[in-house]
Amino acid sequence: MLHIKCPYCGMRSQNEFAYGGDASVTRPELNKEILDSEWDSFVYLRKSLKGKHLELWHHISGCRQWFKVQRDTSTHEIFKTLKPGESI
Amino acid sequence: MSQDFRLNNVGLINRDKKISFKFNGKSYFGYKGDTLASALIANGVHLIGRSFKYHRPRGFFGAGVDEPYAIVQLYRNNETDPNVRATEQELFEGLEAKSVNCWPNVNFDIGAINNFLNKFFPAGFYYKTFMWPKSFWYKVYEPFIRKAAGFGVASIKHDKERYEHKYEYCDLLITGSGPSGLASAYAAAKNGARVILAEDKPRFGGSLLTSEVNIGNQNGKEWAEKIITELKEMPNVIVKNRSQVFGYYDHNMLVMSERVNDHLPKSKKYSPKQRLWYIRAKEVVISSGSIERPLVFGNNDTPGVVLSSAAKEYLKVYGVLVGRNPLIFTNNDSGYETAIEFKKHGIWPIVLDTRSNPDSEIIDEAKRMGINIKFSYVIIAAKGYKKVKSAEIAKISQDKKDLGKIENVNCDCICVSGFWTPTIHLASQSGNKTKFNKEIDAFVPGQSKQEETTVGSANGVFTLEETLKTSFEIGHQLSKKITKNDNKVSVPTVVEKKSTVHDKFWCVPLPEGKKYKRFLDFQNDVAVTDVELALREGYRSIEHVKRYTTLGMATDQGKTSNLNGLQLVSNIENKIVPEVGHTTFRPPYTPVTIGAIVGREIGKHSKPTRKSSMHLWHEKNNAVFVDAGVWLRPRYYKQGNETLFEASKREATNVRKNVGVCDVTTLGKIDIKGPDVAEFLNRIYTNAWLKLPVGKARYGVMLREDGIVMDDGTTTRISENHYHMTTTTAQAANVLSHLEYYLQVVWPKLNVNVVSTTEQWAGAAIAGPKSRDVLQKLFPDINVSNEGLPFMGYVEGNLFGVYARIFRISFSGELAYEVNVESNNGNFMWEKIMEIGKEFEIQPYGTEALSTLRIEMGHVAGSELDGRTIPYDNSLEGLVSKKKDFIGKRSLSRLAFVAEDRQKVVGVVPLDKKTSIPEGSHLVKDAKAKLPNPKLGHVSASCWSVEYNNPFSLAILHDGKNMIGQKLYALSPLKNQSIPVEIVSSHYVDPKGERVRS
Repeated sequence: MLHIKCPYCGMRSQNEFAYGGDASVTRPELNKEILDSEWDSFVYLRKSLKGKHLELWHHISGCRQWFKVQRDTSTHEIFKTLKPGESI
Repeated sequence: MSQDFRLNNVGLINRDKKISFKFNGKSYFGYKGDTLASALIANGVHLIGRSFKYHRPRGFFGAGVDEPYAIVQLYRNNETDPNVRATEQELFEGLEAKSVNCWPNVNFDIGAINNFLNKFFPAGFYYKTFMWPKSFWYKVYEPFIRKAAGFGVASIKHDKERYEHKYEYCDLLITGSGPSGLASAYAAAKNGARVILAEDKPRFGGSLLTSEVNIGNQNGKEWAEKIITELKEMPNVIVKNRSQVFGYYDHNMLVMSERVNDHLPKSKKYSPKQRLWYIRAKEVVISSGSIERPLVFGNNDTPGVVLSSAAKEYLKVYGVLVGRNPLIFTNNDSGYETAIEFKKHGIWPIVLDTRSNPDSEIIDEAKRMGINIKFSYVIIAAKGYKKVKSAEIAKISQDKKDLGKIENVNCDCICVSGFWTPTIHLASQSGNKTKFNKEIDAFVPGQSKQEETTVGSANGVFTLEETLKTSFEIGHQLSKKITKNDNKVSVPTVVEKKSTVHDKFWCVPLPEGKKYKRFLDFQNDVAVTDVELALREGYRSIEHVKRYTTLGMATDQGKTSNLNGLQLVSNIENKIVPEVGHTTFRPPYTPVTIGAIVGREIGKHSKPTRKSSMHLWHEKNNAVFVDAGVWLRPRYYKQGNETLFEASKREATNVRKNVGVCDVTTLGKIDIKGPDVAEFLNRIYTNAWLKLPVGKARYGVMLREDGIVMDDGTTTRISENHYHMTTTTAQAANVLSHLEYYLQVVWPKLNVNVVSTTEQWAGAAIAGPKSRDVLQKLFPDINVSNEGLPFMGYVEGNLFGVYARIFRISFSGELAYEVNVESNNGNFMWEKIMEIGKEFEIQPYGTEALSTLRIEMGHVAGSELDGRTIPYDNSLEGLVSKKKDFIGKRSLSRLAFVAEDRQKVVGVVPLDKKTSIPEGSHLVKDAKAKLPNPKLGHVSASCWSVEYNNPFSLAILHDGKNMIGQKLYALSPLKNQSIPVEIVSSHYVDPKGERVRS
C-alpha cells in the first residue's frame, strides 16, 4: 500500500485516496474549435509510461482535494506531490 | 503411558501440565509448551503423512517454519484448518489432527502405488500425460488430479471465529527475536525509537534457545530473557510473539499475522483468533535468521531423516529425542553441535563428515567427548520405508567423485546439515537486489531499495560476536537517524566456540547400478532426476524449471529446497549459481488464513449500511427492504399475504388515483455556493443554466467527456448564490468527485464550493392527484396553488415548527412535491404526512411502485443511463443546448453518435397484453433465426402498467425513432421465452406531461 503525501494533510495511506489519471493532460478550452483528432486524443489517448509519471489523485476519504503526484510507475517511488495549480 | 523419546529435566516445556490430544484418532499426551510435532516425536510417532506426488511416507524434517512435510488437518473447537504445520502448532488440551494426502489411511495408502509407477510421473507429467484426448480433460483427468493432489481440505462451514485488522506505525520494525533482532531492538529502544519486535515462535530468543554461548557472563538463553523482559517494560516498544511478518509491500508497509488464540482450545472471549497487522515502519531491520540446508542423498525423504538443527531444537527446547541411535551427516561444524547435545544425554551418535580433515574448537570438543567421527564419509541412501532403519554409507574420494565400499550402519534417525541458507524472503520482497556470497554458497541481501537493513545470519553472518556487534550498531544508527538521540548501549562480551569452513559438497553421487530417488524439494516430490529431465528437455530459465518441475512451490516456497535446486541447475549447466539466479520471492512467506485477510469485513460488516431517518417507521409498517448501493430502501409495504407484484401494483395505483408518499432520502444531495455557480452549472449540465431564477428548480443531464450520460437530477436555486443539487442514489459519490475535479483542477478560477449534504436532509416525495391537498394541510400558510407554486417551483416552509424545503418536482409523472427537512426531523415529517394524508387515502410506496410509475411515464433511470448511452438514446436531446459549450459536447458530434439509425429508448408491449417481458431480453426480428440471432436492442426495464393494466417495458432499440409500430420478438434465452411484442412510444402514459403541470 502506497504512502502518499497529500499537500494539504500530509502522509496518508493509499486507501484514503482514489487515482485520477494522467495529470499532464489539459482539457481543451471551452468554445474553442478543435480538430476531431485533438479531441480524441484528449478523451481517449493516454500513454502507458514506464517510469516517472505525473498523475492526479483525489483525497476522497480525507480533505477531498485533487492534487498531483509524480510517481514511478514501475517502482512506485513517489518523487513529489503538488497542489493542482503548481508545476514541477 | 510412558514417552520413550522424552528426556527428563531437559527442555523448556512445563512437565506439571499434561495435555492429551489425538492424532489420526489415537490418543496421546504431551506437555504444555510442546508443539504437535514435538509431542508426536516424544511418543515415537514419525509417520505423519504421505507425499504429494508419489505418496511416499512422510515424517518430520524441521522444527518450525522450515518444515516441508508435516502438514496436518487440524480440528479445534468444532472447526477445521487445513495445511497446518505440526511443527508450529502448539499443543492444547483436546487438540485433534489428521494426516492429509493419504487414503484410506496413513499406514496403508493406496496412492503409494504411484511410488512404484514413478516412471510414469516424471517432471511435467501433468502436461505430458493428460494432453490427449482433449475431451477427457474435464470429465476424467481433472477430477482425478484434483482428488489425488492437494493437501488439506478447507472447511465449508461459516467460520464463527473473529479475525481482526490493526494498523500500526513505528520507527523500527524488527522481524525476528534471535540475537541480531534482540540486539538491534535493544539498541534502538534505548535510543528512544518506537520499536516493534516480532517473533514467529511462541518463545523469544531464536538460536539463543539452543546454542551453547555466553553473552555478558550469562548463557545465551538467560541473556535473551533479560533483554526481552526489559523491552516489554519500555513504553516505546511493542513485543509480539506468535507473529509472522509475511509480506513486505510498497513504501515500507509490512503485514504480520498474529496467531492470538490458535494455541488455546478455543478463543478467549472478545479476543480474535488471529490478527493481521498492517505496519508502516520508517526503518525495517530484517533479523529473520537462516534455515539449515539439506544434503541430498538416496531416499533422503524417509521418515527419520531430519535437519540437524531441528534435532537439536527438539532436544533442547522440548526434551525430545528424534532417535536413540542417530547418524549425523554434515558438511560443516553445525552437525557437531547436535552430536554433542546427543552425547551429553547419553546417546552415542556417529558423525559422518564429508570433509577430510577439518579442525576447529567444536570438532575438538566432540573428539574429546569420544564421539565416533568418520571423515570423508557420506550417506549413499537411507534404508527403511516408514522409518529409517539403517543407512548405506561409504568413503568418498577427495574430488567427491568416487565412492568406496558400501557399508551398512544401523540407525533410527539421520540428522543432516548442509550448511545454512539466510532467509532473504522479506529483503527480496522489498525489492532488494540480492547477491550471491561465495563463502556461504547462498544469496544474501545486497543493495536496499526501501528502508530495510538485514542483520545477523539472515545477512550471512554466522558468528555471534560479529552478529551482536553489527546489530547493536545498526539499531543505534537507524534510531539515531529518526530520533536524533545518541544514547549508545555497550556491546556485551561474547564467548562462543569457533568453527571452521564448510564443505561445498552437497549432493552424493549414486553408486553404479543404484536408482535411489534423491529429493530436492520434499514438499512437492521433486527429485534430482526431475530437474535433470527438465534441463534435458530444454528448460533453461530457473523460473521455467520451477514451474515445470514444481520445485520450490506451494506452502513451502523453497525454504529448504531453493539453493540445492539452484546448485543442481548450475552444475548441469556448467554455470555458477549467481548466473542462474533465484526465483522471485513473493509474499506470503508462510500461508495466511483467508479469515485473517478478510478480517472483520464479512457479512454486514463488509460495507456500511445506510438507513434513512424514517427507517424505523418503515420497519414497523412491514416494509420489505432492498439494497440500493449501501442504502436500505423499502421495496414495498406488505399488507397481509400480498406478493411483491400485488403490493407494488396497489401502491402505484394509489399514487395514480389518490396520493402516495415515498422515502427519497437516499437521493444524492450536493450543496453548492458561490458567485459563479450559474456559470459552473452551465458547463456541467447539457442545458442552459444562466437564467434560472431564485425559487426555481431545473432538470439537468450531465455527461462525461466522451459524451455518455453520467447522471441526471434537479438543481434548485435556493438564493442568489446558493443552489441545491440532487443526483441519483447510485451516482452521488461519483458526481461529487466529478464536480470537485472540474472546480479544483480544470477551472480553479470559478468561485464555487460544493459539499455533500445527502445525510443532512431527509426527503419525502408526495405524489398523486391529491398531493396538493396534503401539502396545503401540511403548510396552511403557503399558497400551493398551480400559480402560487408552479411545476419546478421551490418554496421554504414551516412544518409544524420545523424548517422545510418544498420542491415541486416529479419522478412519478404525477402532480408531486418533494419535502426536505433536516435529517433528525425526518421521522416527524413522515408521521405528519401520514397523519394528514389519511383523509386523502395516502399510502406509502416503495421502490418497486416507484419504478412502475417512472417506467410507464418513460422517465429514464439507471437501467437506461447505463454508461453506454448518450442524451439522444434516452430521448433527452431536447435538453442538449446548441448554443453553449459543456462537458462532453464535442463528443456528441462523433459519427456514431449522430448516425441516422442511432439507438433510442422505446416502449415495448407484448401482443397478448399478458406476458411480462424479462429485463435483459433481446429484441429480434425473427424469433427462429439461426444463432447468433442479430440483436436490435435490449429490454432495460419492465413493469406492469397500472394505467393500462398490461405489461410494459422500456428498451434501447436500434433505429428506435423509426421503429414505432413495428412487431418484434423479445427473446430471453435465460428464461427460455420468446414473446411477440409491439414497439410503442416510451411515453406510455400522459405523453404530453399534463399531470405534472396540473
